[in-house]
Amino acid sequence: MKFHWFHFSSPATFYGLAGRMIPWFLALALVTGVVALYWGFFETPDQLGGSNPQKEYYRIIFVHVGSAWMSMWLYLVLAGWSAFGLVFNTRLSYMMAVSVAPTGAIFTFLALFTGSFWGRPSWGTWWDWDPRLTSELILFFLYVGYLALHSAIDDARRADRASALLAIVGLVCVPIIFWSINCPDPNQCAALHQRSSMGSIDGNILFAMLALTFSFWMYSFATSFMRVRRIILEREAGTTWVNEQLEREAQT
Amino acid sequence: MMEFLSQGGYAFYVWSCYGLGAVLLVAEIIALRRHQRTIVAQLGRLKRMREAEVSQ
Repeated sequence: MKFHWFHFSSPATFYGLAGRMIPWFLALALVTGVVALYWGFFETPDQLGGSNPQKEYYRIIFVHVGSAWMSMWLYLVLAGWSAFGLVFNTRLSYMMAVSVAPTGAIFTFLALFTGSFWGRPSWGTWWDWDPRLTSELILFFLYVGYLALHSAIDDARRADRASALLAIVGLVCVPIIFWSINCPDPNQCAALHQRSSMGSIDGNILFAMLALTFSFWMYSFATSFMRVRRIILEREAGTTWVNEQLEREAQT
Repeated sequence: MMEFLSQGGYAFYVWSCYGLGAVLLVAEIIALRRHQRTIVAQLGRLKRMREAEVSQ
């Protein structure tokens, strides 16, 4: 039998598929999350560096890096589904875009918050208008703006298209965040995030960081699938398949 | 155990971050589940109302 990708682009099919996958993604997120936290707190050194060490507060990086990576990745996913929707005019892609955005906003907020709580003990300040901090804050406003615009327009299809365009325009922010560690002129602005490489990070710390990021990624799958199922029901209400689905759910 | 909880005197910073992270992620899941139940119940009521109208 030939495998049809567009088979799953029908909301009716995807509703069931997403429902079956959610528990698996949640379980994966939970297991890898517990492993990551155990590793981050018990298998890593208490302090890092020589004369002016990073003390125990450096452990914030596990949740900070994971949420910051997810904030950028989920924005790429959001813009990707938006572009897909505009090009192919498939309903499900827009629904996926709207479903990813709130989780992305949560991770962006978490990245900003944890960064601030790490900055206070290590830089001596809660906030600084450093290029990366500023561009990450703009990313948060983009997520909020996307959701606000989408909910401000009553007609779902118009809301989808208008906010998809906003998401794609806002995409310019992601590479700026990514490369904002290198300030063009160090005299004008000191970039507080320094360049580092995977090889220079202690193996145990890197493992905890990657494991928690993976956990957040799986979590994002679960929440966006949960949200897309609700949006599908809302938009397809009254159709035969939704009525049949409601009967099945009422029996269980 | 106390040593672990105190995180070298940085307990406030470390546990604030992990605490907020846990609260946000769990709250999102709870909110999503509640929304899903609400919409299923709502649509179910709507469907029964329509069926009742048809049978009259």
